[in-house]
Amino acid sequence: MSEPLTPWDRAEAALAVLAVDPAGAKGLWLRGRSSPVRDRVIAALPLARRVHPGIDDTALFGGVDLAATLAAGHLVRSAGLLAVSAPVVLTMAERCPAGLSARLSRWLDERGPCLVALDEGAEPEETLPGALADRLGLFLDLGEVPWSETGPVVLDPEQVGRARLVLGLVRLPAGALASLTSVAYAMGIASLRAPLLALAVARALAAWRGEAEVSEETLRHAAELTLAHRGDLPEGAEEAEEEAEEPAPAPDDPGDDRQPQSQQDLLPDEILLEAVRASLPAGLLEQLAAGKAARSAKGSGSGAVRKGNHRGRPMPSLPGVPGSGKRIDLVATLRAAAPWQALRRRSDGPRLEIRKSDLRLKRYQESSDRVLIFAVDASGSSAFARLAEAKGAVELLLAQAYARRDHVALIAFRGVKADLILPPTRSLVQTKRRLTALPGGGGTPLAAGLKMAFELAMQARARGMTPTVALLTDGRGNIALDGTANRDMAEADSLTVARALRAAGFPGLVIDIANRPQPALRRLAEVLDAPYLALPRADAGRLTAVLQAAMGA
Amino acid sequence: MSQPFPFSAIVGQEAMKQAMVLTAIDPGIGGVLVFGDRGTGKSTAVRALAALLPEIMAVEGCPVNSARPEDVPDWVGVKLSKMIKRPTPVIDLPLGATEDRVVGALDIERALTRGEKAFEPGLLARANRGYLYIDEVNLLEDHIVDLLLDVAQSGENVVEREGLSIRHPARFVLVGSGNPEEGELRPQLLDRFGLSVEVVSPRDVETRVEVMRRRDAYENDNAAFMKKWRVKDAGLRKAILAARAAVPLLKTPGAVLHDCASLCIALGSDGLRGELTLLRAARAQAAFEGALVVTRGHLKTVATSALSHRLRRDPLDEAGSGSRVARILAETLP
Repeated sequence: MSEPLTPWDRAEAALAVLAVDPAGAKGLWLRGRSSPVRDRVIAALPLARRVHPGIDDTALFGGVDLAATLAAGHLVRSAGLLAVSAPVVLTMAERCPAGLSARLSRWLDERGPCLVALDEGAEPEETLPGALADRLGLFLDLGEVPWSETGPVVLDPEQVGRARLVLGLVRLPAGALASLTSVAYAMGIASLRAPLLALAVARALAAWRGEAEVSEETLRHAAELTLAHRGDLPEGAEEAEEEAEEPAPAPDDPGDDRQPQSQQDLLPDEILLEAVRASLPAGLLEQLAAGKAARSAKGSGSGAVRKGNHRGRPMPSLPGVPGSGKRIDLVATLRAAAPWQALRRRSDGPRLEIRKSDLRLKRYQESSDRVLIFAVDASGSSAFARLAEAKGAVELLLAQAYARRDHVALIAFRGVKADLILPPTRSLVQTKRRLTALPGGGGTPLAAGLKMAFELAMQARARGMTPTVALLTDGRGNIALDGTANRDMAEADSLTVARALRAAGFPGLVIDIANRPQPALRRLAEVLDAPYLALPRADAGRLTAVLQAAMGA
Repeated sequence: MSQPFPFSAIVGQEAMKQAMVLTAIDPGIGGVLVFGDRGTGKSTAVRALAALLPEIMAVEGCPVNSARPEDVPDWVGVKLSKMIKRPTPVIDLPLGATEDRVVGALDIERALTRGEKAFEPGLLARANRGYLYIDEVNLLEDHIVDLLLDVAQSGENVVEREGLSIRHPARFVLVGSGNPEEGELRPQLLDRFGLSVEVVSPRDVETRVEVMRRRDAYENDNAAFMKKWRVKDAGLRKAILAARAAVPLLKTPGAVLHDCASLCIALGSDGLRGELTLLRAARAQAAFEGALVVTRGHLKTVATSALSHRLRRDPLDEAGSGSRVARILAETLP
């Protein structure tokens, strides 16, 4: 039994698989900021065509080439990037909108194409859309790879050619299929694409290594490359721990005659599973889980639309003259001019005649989603009741929010730090799952809670949403930002963060749920420039009503 | 891919397959919504359905697949009369498709080259008499949803823009799929789907291995695999055609109508659409099973998929609406 691959070995193996069988592996999800290490990997990719997240349909699928059409006087079509099934690189993949992700996914479902997604996400939430992540076979995280461990990757073309020739002939040991399936299942990977991709990668890797039959080691490496990053939610990781016990014996099932009992190529699933586990970067599961949730918020509807004059939902274009930030709508202008061409056309050739009255300007309507960020005090003895009310309010708001496209997020602060319980979401299903077990008790790190609310609000704004922060507390902040129990420092810290929130211009709301109104909270509300409400016995229904009023619903 | 994965070869997911077969028998049921995790075979099933469906007779070259030459819209501009057999259209509506592409727009090609004001039909025209498939339907832009709601209701697409005034039939079966964790659907759109099913990844390893085995055979031993399953698909197609013929001859006893109504009242589903869909689905189910009379058993078989998405949502109900339907079903119709 060998060691798991080092990160750079994994990179080399992944590149070899991509070279041998791009269609089978479907592609590579390369996570990491721009760096010399990443450049080395990219240099070894056999690719030329690049796609960016803002690409339009005409460039992807082909369409009328306006410039060439006007010049030639007859219709010229341009071929789309996706018309040929050669590999494509998607740059800045973490910004890929849901629409593009859906198109690329459909394209990937055909036989042949291959996509390399360069994901430069800095935050765990910034990552590839789920539909794409599910379809790409290979995953590499270059964030932790030191330069000193890397070297130039040179794939011998002869070896690649040989591997391609024998790819179809590589045999699969009996039981490999079952092993991959049960390992994926034990990892809590619901998607059945994952083991299929692992299988394709195992074949390609075996062909590359000159094996006639996929060896145990190769299978293990393939599982590392394709399955390790797909582990489910954090609680899923624990489930996987438990479930590992259950499915593992399945291949030894006496009724299962497809499993050779005595051969050494029988793959103990535990070993495979261990290998996959061992190659998990620390904290990756949590990161990805957080990413998944954030992604879903990002992908839902018009929330992904950013602010600005040039984006948003297109509206019918208007006649006008371009300039001063107004952009011409070329297609609409041509449409307006087209019906007149027969009349306007002069004898000197098939030139397009455009008059000023034909000019059309682009108009966009921007609809920014709202996100309500709850920062809830989960400290002390009354935490349970308070949290229950906050949870009730979140669910009620969400239940009513589908028509208005509101998102809700929940931060709970207790002990010495704040936790993001619910990343911005619109999904009732996800909310319920996440809210079922909310811990309570401990100190009151009010400053930490506010700080996290601030960070979340900044992120939400960066995604084009309009955040509102609602603080639910009884006001006795006693833990400072650095985690020390110092009431004065804690107070000063809260006010500092509150000023930052105000400076950034986020609307807020302070709800005092102490038995007697707290002057400190009133002061905090003033600093925040936010309405202050004393609701000693807030129930979910009243909270909802207050919050909706505050959000101007 | 030349041939999609065969419908019959899809392992498990009986509820989804059943719902799709029912809409193939009676398109009036009004579409299927498939909700579930990624990689559970949603897209595979829809693409397989396209290959499974019987062919339709249509006017050759007609952009809306008219069934008779006199139905071809005027704006096509040419007299078409030749009839051909063609596969039932299954049209993909990609997320982020522009309004132009969905409803149709001025034909820029003809405008540019010939200076003619002509209509270029959109996806809705191509989907007429067939299926319109929306993957990740819960992420669809609001303004496209609004368009769809209107057209799915009226069965007609009206285009009033750029000086064009065009209308054409757009009767299609909506098939939507998505992952509920990524966002909810508006109830108005939910209601346009006749049936809804929830798919989950199979939970036992044996089933999952079988999925892998078939998929692997499909990809690496395509000819033999397709040959094996083509026969089964053909049998299913025959059964669908037979059921289509049988639906009008079915007897529906008054007791079944009564059951329908009392079930919907007990569930508190909005509007009468629930009852009507339930009845249609039960009739299709009875026809598919070769029965001559619709029974309470047929009703029970289809009740969950016909009603679970029509309930008022209760945010504090931990169990899904599917189990609510099952519970009330057991209480109302023992």
